[in-house]
Amino acid sequence: MIKAILIFNNHGKPRLIRFYQYFAEDMQQQIIRETFHLVSKRDDNVCNFLEGGSLIGGSDYKLIYRHYATLYFVFCVDSSESELGILDLIQVFVETLDKCFENVCELDLIFHMDKVHYILQEVVMGGMVLETNMNEIVAQVEVQNRMEKSEVSLFLDR
Amino acid sequence: MHHTAMSPSVPLQEMIRAIRSARTQCEERGVIQRECAAIRAQFRQSDNGGRSHNLAKLLYVHMLGYPAHFGQMECVRMIASPRYSEKRVGYLGAMMLLDEKQDASLLITNSIKNDLSHSNQYVQSLALCTLACMGSAEMCRDLAPEIDRLLRASNSYIKKKAALCAVHIVRKVHDLGELFTPAARSLLAEKNHGVLHGAVVLITELCERNQETLERFRKTVPDLVQIMKGLVISGYSPEHDVAGISDPFLQVRILRLLRILGRNNEGASDAMNDLLAQVATNTDSTKTVGNAVLYETVLTVLHIKSESGLRVLAVNILGRFLLNNDRNIRYIAMISLQKIVGTDHNAVQRHRGTIVDCLKDQDASVKRRALDLSLALVSASNVRSMMKELLLFLSSCPPELRAQAASGIFNAAERYAPSQRWHIDTILHVLTTAGGDVRDETVPNLIQLITNASELHCYTVHKLYRALLTDISQQSLVQVACWCIGEYGDLLLRGECQETEPVQVTEDDVLDALETVLQSHMSSPATRGFALTATMKLRTPLSLTANTDRIQSIVSIYGSCIDVELQQRAVEYNALFRKYDHMRAAVLERMPVIEKNSPGHTNGESTGEPIKDIQTLKVKQGEPLLPQQPANQVLTLTQMHVV
Repeated sequence: MIKAILIFNNHGKPRLIRFYQYFAEDMQQQIIRETFHLVSKRDDNVCNFLEGGSLIGGSDYKLIYRHYATLYFVFCVDSSESELGILDLIQVFVETLDKCFENVCELDLIFHMDKVHYILQEVVMGGMVLETNMNEIVAQVEVQNRMEKSEVSLFLDR
Repeated sequence: MHHTAMSPSVPLQEMIRAIRSARTQCEERGVIQRECAAIRAQFRQSDNGGRSHNLAKLLYVHMLGYPAHFGQMECVRMIASPRYSEKRVGYLGAMMLLDEKQDASLLITNSIKNDLSHSNQYVQSLALCTLACMGSAEMCRDLAPEIDRLLRASNSYIKKKAALCAVHIVRKVHDLGELFTPAARSLLAEKNHGVLHGAVVLITELCERNQETLERFRKTVPDLVQIMKGLVISGYSPEHDVAGISDPFLQVRILRLLRILGRNNEGASDAMNDLLAQVATNTDSTKTVGNAVLYETVLTVLHIKSESGLRVLAVNILGRFLLNNDRNIRYIAMISLQKIVGTDHNAVQRHRGTIVDCLKDQDASVKRRALDLSLALVSASNVRSMMKELLLFLSSCPPELRAQAASGIFNAAERYAPSQRWHIDTILHVLTTAGGDVRDETVPNLIQLITNASELHCYTVHKLYRALLTDISQQSLVQVACWCIGEYGDLLLRGECQETEPVQVTEDDVLDALETVLQSHMSSPATRGFALTATMKLRTPLSLTANTDRIQSIVSIYGSCIDVELQQRAVEYNALFRKYDHMRAAVLERMPVIEKNSPGHTNGESTGEPIKDIQTLKVKQGEPLLPQQPANQVLTLTQMHVV
């Protein structure tokens, strides 16, 4: 099970936070800080797996992360997930974002946080991997955005 | 995919810009407080068409760590709205801000129920997603039949989501597994990979929870093998292809399920043998995705009743992984080897050299894995060389691994020590290097070990005395050293020792050392207790009046010590000097050898494999651990005190 997905930048500022297990808000922020602290210490050429954080789930959990330019993508998983599989999944997710935003960068995530959540929802659901086919994900996201757009155009924006 | 489809939520973006332009944390707080006040006001107003923007803004500030609970009811309202844009953000808000413990979550149950049978599949999908994230047990019980219906009769998009929703339901309400079993079974006939993936995850969950269900699903092994064959052999299929491998995620899931179904079962294992051999030999290991599949295949081979040729192949693949340049692969290889080190010990031993080398890797994650595995590989035949490596590791290992390394070394030393002297040396080495990270039981355990090695008393006390002169900061070491000096002080003063070079130690030297410990701010009260008792015990071997007076004055200082334990000891010892001098020799004579099986003695902690020696068998589960001070000494004196 995926317990949390955290995306933050090189300074630890959160860009997307999704917990699949309930944590109180201050706990969530603590987890983000601890995770950033652990991940930012790592060199660039070490492996992408980290153990040793204590706040989520105790001993049976790992951090699997990838660093893309100014962003860290961190998946907190338990032993039921394939480590290499999750690493590949992060790549699929980022490539999907890239398809949806055209050369996605940190600014896209900042200004379209809600859209990123909707994309993520087509990839991971309830802490479980849902769909890994990029074209399928992108197609579904497109349809839903069109639906939303057709409603929005009926109303005046604030 | 075009940018135009990503219509910006303009008010959200304006707010984000305003937050970003704040130059300090304080300014940011100000902006956010103003925005939240505006959002609150907006929530109170009736529908103005911009409701979804406000909730989106709230979720943004929530991500930054600001309170957003006042948005909970708005989520409930939005979910009930007929507009898709509002439902969408309402459900997202519910998943971010609510959980089953909050009252507001009850209010969305009805909306979810209705939306599950909505005519628009995307609304259905929102409801499924939310149920899978935060559905309470009651909600799950209530809606399970609906989910079962969706598993059977809907399109692939809904089916795959319903499958994962069912997994959540089964986790919340175990009995409902029965309900979903038939539908799960028939989903295996689907062609859509997303649905297949969901089906396999569901079946895996059902099998892990219920042994009978597992046995029923064993019949599906041939079907699973067929599906895998289709993925592995079939021609190039671009939509599922990831770097030349056909849907590696699905392959990994199926391999995991096969592992569960084949465990301890000859028939099922036989049925999958050929397939596993095929995947193991044909999968391209030059890309990460290939390795994910290979890795899963290896684990499956090693956990079912596979034929020996296949097992050898699997372990060889792991061996290759261990030498891979990619650190991720090396890390994964060690995880797998750890899983089989119990069952295929000899096979893993062959890779011991490489594993030990990984102790020196600069990556902390790799080091951690190498430590676990190295400890598991220590055996009677390699203990000396392995211990050299492990002690070397201990002296430079990252701080977060020291406690684990120290206790692992103690366990290994306990099991495989080739001689008592080696054992004592090893423990002393650990105490000098990492004395601050060892557990409390180490001190009484070491003392017990020392008393049992009677020929080595002289050697041990000399070594400990020397260690004490060098460094008095490591409490465990200092405690043991003081105890030994008190116990074997006569041997120390005698000067000659078979096993070490002779060194002249005068009575003053010894008392100086003990006094240094007593006076040092680094010494804990427990350590001072040891030192005080040791000082007292030296009274017997020391013959000169000058030193007797010295001892008495050291002891009496502590008669007014703030620490109650030390004060009590000092007062009792003083009493021994004054009124009970005739008993002193008997009271302070050498301790008897501490038996290994004595009650109240617990073994050191064990990490991982059980220690087969007699001690653990005799120690009762609920027995409290020894206190820090050696209990025996305190008892003797207080008993005397009654007289």
